[in-house]
Amino acid sequence: MSENNWNLEPSLESVAQVQIKPQYELFINGKWQAPLAATYFATVNPADEKHLAHIAQANAADVDLAVKAARAAYDNVWSQLSGAARGKYLFRIARLMQEKARELAVLETLDGGKPIRESRDIDIPLACNHFFYYAGWADKLQEAFPGQQMEALGVAGQITPWNFPLLMLAWKVAPALACGNTVVLKPAETTSLTALKFAEICQEAGLPAGVVNIVTGYGDTGAALVAHPNVDKIAFTGSTAVGKQIQKACIGTPKKVTLELGGKSANIILEDAPIDQAVEGIINSIFFNQGHVCCAGSRLFVQESIAEQVIAKLKFRLQSIYVGNPLDKNTDIGAINSKKQLETIEEYLSIGLAEGAEIYQPDCTLPSPGFYCKPTIFTDVAQSARIAQEEIFGPVLTIQTFRTMEEVVQKANNSPYGLAAGVWTANGARIFGLSSQLQAGVVWANTYNKFDPASPFGGYKESGFGREGGRHGLSAYLQFKN
Amino acid sequence: MLGNLSTPELSSLLALSPSIDQIGTLERIARIQARSIKGAAKLQGLRMALSMIDLTTLEGKDTPAKVRQLCYKAQHLHDQAPDLPTVAAVCVYPTMVGVAKKALGNSGIKVASVSTAFPSGQAPFEVKKLDTLYALDNGADEIDMVISRGRFLAGDYQFVYDEIAAIKALCGTARLKVIFETGELDSLDQVRKISDLAIAAGADFIKTSTGKIQPAATFPVVHTMLCAIKDHYDKTGQMIGMKPAGGISSSKLALQHLLMVKEVLGEAWLTNEWYRFGASSLANDLLMQYQKQLTGKYQSATYFSID
Repeated sequence: MSENNWNLEPSLESVAQVQIKPQYELFINGKWQAPLAATYFATVNPADEKHLAHIAQANAADVDLAVKAARAAYDNVWSQLSGAARGKYLFRIARLMQEKARELAVLETLDGGKPIRESRDIDIPLACNHFFYYAGWADKLQEAFPGQQMEALGVAGQITPWNFPLLMLAWKVAPALACGNTVVLKPAETTSLTALKFAEICQEAGLPAGVVNIVTGYGDTGAALVAHPNVDKIAFTGSTAVGKQIQKACIGTPKKVTLELGGKSANIILEDAPIDQAVEGIINSIFFNQGHVCCAGSRLFVQESIAEQVIAKLKFRLQSIYVGNPLDKNTDIGAINSKKQLETIEEYLSIGLAEGAEIYQPDCTLPSPGFYCKPTIFTDVAQSARIAQEEIFGPVLTIQTFRTMEEVVQKANNSPYGLAAGVWTANGARIFGLSSQLQAGVVWANTYNKFDPASPFGGYKESGFGREGGRHGLSAYLQFKN
Repeated sequence: MLGNLSTPELSSLLALSPSIDQIGTLERIARIQARSIKGAAKLQGLRMALSMIDLTTLEGKDTPAKVRQLCYKAQHLHDQAPDLPTVAAVCVYPTMVGVAKKALGNSGIKVASVSTAFPSGQAPFEVKKLDTLYALDNGADEIDMVISRGRFLAGDYQFVYDEIAAIKALCGTARLKVIFETGELDSLDQVRKISDLAIAAGADFIKTSTGKIQPAATFPVVHTMLCAIKDHYDKTGQMIGMKPAGGISSSKLALQHLLMVKEVLGEAWLTNEWYRFGASSLANDLLMQYQKQLTGKYQSATYFSID
């Protein structure tokens, strides 16, 4: 067999077109402003641990300036514009993002470690599409909610995660602006660069000063934004633990809150499923973006009669998954976003072993330096095992088997989370039967991790509340007067 | 002559054919097509593809002289480029098998003959049998038979199974390729079912198309057939060959198909013992790309002989 060895060569995306400044300031009131305390933090490329840039660290006083700018822009400019005028700016931003798509994709990959294939084919095109989509709604809000009177909330404080930096920015900024709000955005500290590039795009689009403000920093910057009395709305995507803190902080205030939090989503394969496509669906559900996906199908449930076959196919499929340099166009799994996250994942791998689950990882060499983790599947996992209950947020799949529909519904729903679920079967009636019983905000049938601006997304239970995307996503940034 | 499986046995075998999701199949293919095949990997892939070609002429107007020319090309793809492999086989009608056999001599290149009333298969079994025997008697190393698509679509699986098994029994040491003409089948589910049926009936290779009907060797169809081969191998340890035919005319497509073979079946299939391209125009594009990889320059199409 060895005489037939045929291995692809690395095919690296060029970084020549990407300009990274040595130092980034805060984007407040349409201008780059140095942080008042003059403190900066470093951002590194998780693929090789090399320094990329210094980034301003905003404190409460900086956040206050940003909120004041957003308030003034709301009162004096943005709330005075017609929906059509707001839409014009959003369309302009969307087109500029499209023009800079390759630059944004490379930047996203450099800063966050995701494979260029994903940032190029998924993250950036979807982010552009969100702006196009909500640009279209800006002058049609009356049609979105017929017979109702509505107005914007005011200043929206938005906190985005590091797994889909620009895409999550788009999910938040686009509907907020379309509905007439102004924004103070705090990107995740490990992935600020595309948000800062977005600030440049806002300038280029001639967006009025103060409509979008970007304050970079750590959790305390986000906390200052949440605590600010002049913020009308908090939209957060991130961990359930932080989401709970935010919810507590907002109790007793007039702030409206939407939270898109963690998950431990069930992906269910029935015995009559299209098996080869289901196996590919498993790959997409858990190894997409290194498993750094809140709706990742991290709990796989396979019907007992086909479990052996599915697991064998999955192990074989993993042999042609390329783990390595995210800039290589052939890479399927890139770098783990940060050292801290890699340590978390590795801790869960040892927990899984200690819990007696059987581990499988394909043979592959991981680059060094850099933060990398092999795709991992655990079989013989108990429902009560921590690896089956807690969100790992890495390329780690737990596999359980089941015999009956009733059993799998109980097990799937036996989780504090309820973000997403997948159902694989060639039987249409079973799709509807199962999906109506699963406690999840999104249920995919015979596919997984499909996103579209027109499709609402959000969770049940501790996976959060409120919906982003679609017409539903508008109501998170409006108040109604009936 | 009947195959080994009774009708109930055949029914239960076909009941195990998994359903195929077309959208999922397209997504899987898109992942493969997004891969970048460059540099030494490309050069190796092009050589591999050349060595897997069944150089084909299947026209009413074929003459012995035309077949002899094709046989010369099969052995001398492009003598300006040293150390090129030869193609795997020359594929002709039964009446041309003797000519091809003589022209190829002991070059090691196989003679494949279409048979069983190719391309339509619309003939009584006795005629199909004589057609096949004629090719075998004239020295064919491989038989490319067509299935009775009408019977298959009508649900007469036993008939189709028995016919394949009977031709296989005639073949002796010759390898049997079974052509499905997937462009006439309705869905990927049908493609999967006929793949499982043909493999059970004794096919050494399964082949997509005659080249006379479009669409022919599309990626979803080939992917579905590769999955059937993989499942059979996992179950029995027996390797079955794959031959897409028709529609693969560029190097880019050929390389993507080879990558699909690698990812779906594994590298053991990356040899002309187990994988073939049924093609007439593919060879020159492969040669052109091969020369480009070696010299860094594209050469005019007129530098490559057409036959």
